[in-house]
Amino acid sequence: MPEKKKTEEPAERKSEFRTTVDGIAVNRVYTPNDVDSCNQQKIPPPGEYPYTRHIMPSGYRSRLWTMRQYAGFATVEETNQRYKYLYEHGQTGFSVAFHLPTQEGYDSDHPLSTGEVGKCGVAIDSLQDMERLWEGIPLAEVSTSMTINATAAILLAMYIAAAEKRGASADQLRGTVQNDILKEYIARNTYIFGPVPSMRLVTDLCAYCAQNLPHWNSISISGYHMREAGATATQEAGFTLANGIAYVQAMIDKGMQVDSFAPRFSFFFAAYTNVLEEVAKFRAMRRMWARIMKERFGATNPRSMMLRYHVQTDGFTLTEQQPLNNIVRVTLQALAAVLGGCQSLHTNSFDEALALPSEEAVQVALKTQQILAYESGTTDTVDPLGGSHYIEWLTDQIEDRATHYIDEIDNLGGALKVIEKGYIQREIATSAYDYQRAVDTGEQVIVGVNKFTVKEEEMPELLEIGAEVETKQLERLSKLKRERDNPSVAKALDKVRAVAKSDQNLMPALIEAVQTYATLGEISDALRDVFGEYREPSIL
Amino acid sequence: MPKRRIRVLIAKPGLDGHDRGVKVLAKGLRDAGMEVIYLGLRLAPEQIAEVAIQEDVDVVGLSCLSGAHLALFPKTVAMVREKGAKDTLFIGGGIIPKKDVPKLQAAGIAQVFGPGTAIQDIADFIEKNLTEGKA
Repeated sequence: MPEKKKTEEPAERKSEFRTTVDGIAVNRVYTPNDVDSCNQQKIPPPGEYPYTRHIMPSGYRSRLWTMRQYAGFATVEETNQRYKYLYEHGQTGFSVAFHLPTQEGYDSDHPLSTGEVGKCGVAIDSLQDMERLWEGIPLAEVSTSMTINATAAILLAMYIAAAEKRGASADQLRGTVQNDILKEYIARNTYIFGPVPSMRLVTDLCAYCAQNLPHWNSISISGYHMREAGATATQEAGFTLANGIAYVQAMIDKGMQVDSFAPRFSFFFAAYTNVLEEVAKFRAMRRMWARIMKERFGATNPRSMMLRYHVQTDGFTLTEQQPLNNIVRVTLQALAAVLGGCQSLHTNSFDEALALPSEEAVQVALKTQQILAYESGTTDTVDPLGGSHYIEWLTDQIEDRATHYIDEIDNLGGALKVIEKGYIQREIATSAYDYQRAVDTGEQVIVGVNKFTVKEEEMPELLEIGAEVETKQLERLSKLKRERDNPSVAKALDKVRAVAKSDQNLMPALIEAVQTYATLGEISDALRDVFGEYREPSIL
Repeated sequence: MPKRRIRVLIAKPGLDGHDRGVKVLAKGLRDAGMEVIYLGLRLAPEQIAEVAIQEDVDVVGLSCLSGAHLALFPKTVAMVREKGAKDTLFIGGGIIPKKDVPKLQAAGIAQVFGPGTAIQDIADFIEKNLTEGKA
């Protein structure tokens, strides 16, 4: 019998396959031989140290992730109406987006605030605005997430003061402040002061919460914005955990015991479209953080070792061309977040490359999460991809590479030092540039942008915010400045300056200051007097 | 006389901190042979205009993703012109709704480049418009 001719092997489409442009080279197929032999110790069942598969034994079978959509409305009245509506319909978790002046320590009447008032979120200039924001909502019964960093201590002071006025005490308050200043120097850029005084504000807030707000997440250590700025999945993992190490160390240096604050530390990451790489990233980071907390910092409370995190789908991957395609991208990214085991999730709206999101697009984004939760079947078992040769191999790869970054940062003197020198910023800028070159040459395909392009169709309805918002806010602010007890304001601001110069915790002085209706800009200026302002190092 | 390299000033007016695009563009235009000054972020139109004049740039590129472009871009153009630069080429980028583009163009922004634009397209636009303007 003639020997059967061996089937000719078809040529592969590319000479090399990578997770992303600067990412990990992927083999044709994975077998048990590719997976680390001590894998069994690394992947015990869900809920067991080092939590590779999930922090809880039953995953989403007990409790789904929180569908927490980040949203800002231009005025406090609109936002308050929206919150009241949601509260009456059973929602008890709120997420506040502040406009940029509030995030960067300027009042609405500052020259740099021109054109920005009410644009990316709600304008909060004083305690008065904060009181109006929460009118009619029992603050002891809800949980509030505030995306605020450089001015986090001032905004939390306002939240505490507003709650107190309405009979809710600090120890009843539940919620989160982002309060992650380190990543602001790297990516998001809403810093005010330099890294050293900023770290003091961050740790003052965390220490104050540990003692007075036991249900408050005092920091959300964020990789999301670094990823948006161009970091690879591996860089996101390495740089975020390196920042996490810096915060834990700073708290310990302040004299705090690790298990007294670490259980209230939470994280925030991105999810990109490469589903499998993202799942591996989340698994790797859970394992890494557990080990860091136990082995490096000697935590003994399991809750200190659990990586709890919020995920947002990635804004950068949304295209202006054929915006409806973005619904598919968001779905894949949200799927990655869910398969990766997130605790809460924000899905982006398909029109975000065109404008701030419209009501219709926000609806689709939320429905995407509901479909995943109730129709996809991905929530029926914990870590459904665990045990896949590829996923386990990729998890190991990301862990190795991210650990390498952390070692590098340790060698260079820690996160604070390398950020001051622009090391992380430069690494990310290089990745961003390499990515753009790959897109420009067509090596990285983006459907509808550099391949499979079509003639543009009609644009969807977009959100618009009128100039009257700014006028209204300016009138309100000027009235407040006329009518409040100005000598008390001046006295409270002097006290803020005095405490800033000392090593006492700033939170009590900030609470006193906001209670006199000193504005956010005035308090920030008092701190600027003592701390100075930060200028970014040139990295280009 | 040797041809002077094209001088470009790139800056972010206002409070928006999204700087991935401008940083990539600054590197890209440099690789395309232009001289690029990246001024950074959180700038008032006055500050940008001052540097544009001092550095005698041919092009000013402005970026904004926060929705404040209608307030900030026209103001920057006006201030540069007020200070005496007559033939500076202005370009803009960011999250700019299509219907705002004609308003920006009327105010002197020659072209708006949205997400997904190739760096080479921006470089070509600059070269073409500067040659035409000076012919």
